[in-house]
Amino acid sequence: MSEHVLLRHRDIPNIDRLDVYLAHGGFEAFKKVVTQQQPADVINEVKNSGLRGRGGAGFPTGLKWSFLPTNLWPHYVVCNADESEPGTFKDREILESNPFQFLEGLMIASYGVGANLSYVYLRGEFWQVAARLDEKISELEQAGLLGENLFGTPYSLRLRTHLGAGAYICGEETALLESLEGKLGQPRLRPPFPAVVGLYGKPTLINNVETLTNLPPIFQKGAAWYKSLGTEKSPGVKIFSLSGCVNKPGNYELPLGTTFRELIFTHGGGLADGRSVKAIMPAGASSSIIHVNADSLLDTPMDYESVAAIGSQLGSASVIVLDDTVNMAWLVSKTVNFFKHESCGKCTPCREGTFWMNRLAGRIAAGKASAEDVTLLDSVAKQIAGKCLCALGEFSVMAVTTGIKQFRQDFDGKVNETRSEETVPQEAMG
Amino acid sequence: MNELLSKYPQEIQQILAKYPPAFKRSAVMPLLYLAQREPGYVPRQALNDIAEILDISTTDVASIVGFYTLYYDRPAGRYHIQVCNDLPCALRGADQFLRELCERLGIEEGGTTPDGLFTVEAVKCLAACHRAPMFQVQGDGEIVYHENQTVELAMAWIEEVRAKAAAGQEAQP
Ligand SMILES: Cc1cc2nc3c(=O)[nH]c(=O)nc-3n(C[C@H](O)[C@H](O)[C@H](O)COP(=O)(O)O)c2cc1C
Ligand code: SF4
Ligand code: FES
Repeated sequence: MSEHVLLRHRDIPNIDRLDVYLAHGGFEAFKKVVTQQQPADVINEVKNSGLRGRGGAGFPTGLKWSFLPTNLWPHYVVCNADESEPGTFKDREILESNPFQFLEGLMIASYGVGANLSYVYLRGEFWQVAARLDEKISELEQAGLLGENLFGTPYSLRLRTHLGAGAYICGEETALLESLEGKLGQPRLRPPFPAVVGLYGKPTLINNVETLTNLPPIFQKGAAWYKSLGTEKSPGVKIFSLSGCVNKPGNYELPLGTTFRELIFTHGGGLADGRSVKAIMPAGASSSIIHVNADSLLDTPMDYESVAAIGSQLGSASVIVLDDTVNMAWLVSKTVNFFKHESCGKCTPCREGTFWMNRLAGRIAAGKASAEDVTLLDSVAKQIAGKCLCALGEFSVMAVTTGIKQFRQDFDGKVNETRSEETVPQEAMG
Repeated sequence: MNELLSKYPQEIQQILAKYPPAFKRSAVMPLLYLAQREPGYVPRQALNDIAEILDISTTDVASIVGFYTLYYDRPAGRYHIQVCNDLPCALRGADQFLRELCERLGIEEGGTTPDGLFTVEAVKCLAACHRAPMFQVQGDGEIVYHENQTVELAMAWIEEVRAKAAAGQEAQP
């Protein structure tokens, strides 16, 4: 792509400096909405752009904004900068290199839903990023772009950062709110949804970093321009975090609907000599595995609908490429170990299920299990599915069930005749 | 006598100012980072101090320490070398990197070097998968990323920190 919409630091050096960002039209969009538009107009513009949430679920952003009731106040905006899905590293690049565009997006969202205080929740490992963001926020306060009575209007806005402390579950929006309130990061029962009962019991909008970073260009160039990018149902551009068995892993900003082939071969430099694509996980460790058993699958467009049509998910577009040397039983032992580590423990099927899946998958990968253990692993996974309070439990079984179904030989090739001692107590599964 | 409060009066006020006064419990995480900054773990006394500042129970504060992986309730090496060996990094040699680093330091994963300076831990994805092998170093109240690593590069940094520690200087990760 010639000009980036989100990764603009790749085109404009030093755009992380306020003077440079301002010189390139920075905060014109924010000033325009605050001084010339009603919040309802702002929400309509976002609806018209067709923008969908980039945190994983792809929910229409403008529609989400319209859910905050206008008879309950105050409203909060909380930006999800927890970025912890294995394979995802796009928000970090935005926050580090194009921070003002992100902050302007957060400010437009805050005005759009009438919030006067907004938070950025960053994963604890982004300690340096948060410190730099705090500096940028102070600069904006000094420049009169944040604070009381902005541009002589009655509108006031403050931004604050908040650091998590190492827990993937805090990326789930209700666990994030609990964590921000100073409690254990465990998901809440829904309904009520955060749009009605969110932070401190008040209506709250939660959006991902990348989602918000789209807003300044949408308001500068118009919803129609944005909608002309990407596909009809998945408009706009997306940052694809490409990792795994490719020559040039990294972030690539491309229109939604770009094919896997273009991402992996044109941009990602292809695979090592003599290797071929065995499988793809398009949504990080949470993905259903795509078995690339026909070359034409690489021509699948990467948009929400097309990836779902081949039995997987686009999620946050963290595309992990697996070549023909990767054993899927080993891969599953890795993903399951992640989810076992990250289960918050609130509900039994997820807590116990990930524990047992981790034991079984670990033994299988180590060559210490029998074929029946593979069947047992599959059945434990199927008992977890559909019984969990939040999506983490569902995510934990995706690679297991799709891995065993499509690559049974990888698992069977690892087993030996001695059956492991493992028996999973039925009551453990709730 | 609230030790934490008398040690960091200004910083604590700044932290509390980030949240609405009625919801000061939100400050528990930043206060824990503050308490951990110098000792490298959250001492028992700090749990009481934080509980008192926020009007919550010490048990509540302790449960937060237990829930999140970046808080420690006991002393370990001054620097936690946290190597990501999650799936994307493992596809690019992270498991081997971790094994060799431990061998060179003569410790097991999770162990601490005899000089008490380094604890090596395997951790989950740190949003740096395209620059594997990689690790972060947690220590002195900071977290610093080391990306595109080799065992040689990591050992060179470790020796540098050791030399500085031996010279009694403030070691910078
Ligand atoms: C286990 C779990 C982890 C999640 N992690 C993240 C995350 O790290 N970042 C993120 O933006 N959304 C994450 N989400 C999605 C959020 O719950 C939420 O849908 C999203 O932040 C909404 O923002 P969006 O509409 O802009 O995408 C996660 C969801 C689940 C279930
Ligand atoms: S599904 Fe897992 S992570 Fe989600 S609430 Fe239940 S135990 Fe916690
Ligand atoms: S898997 Fe290691 S940083 Fe993402």
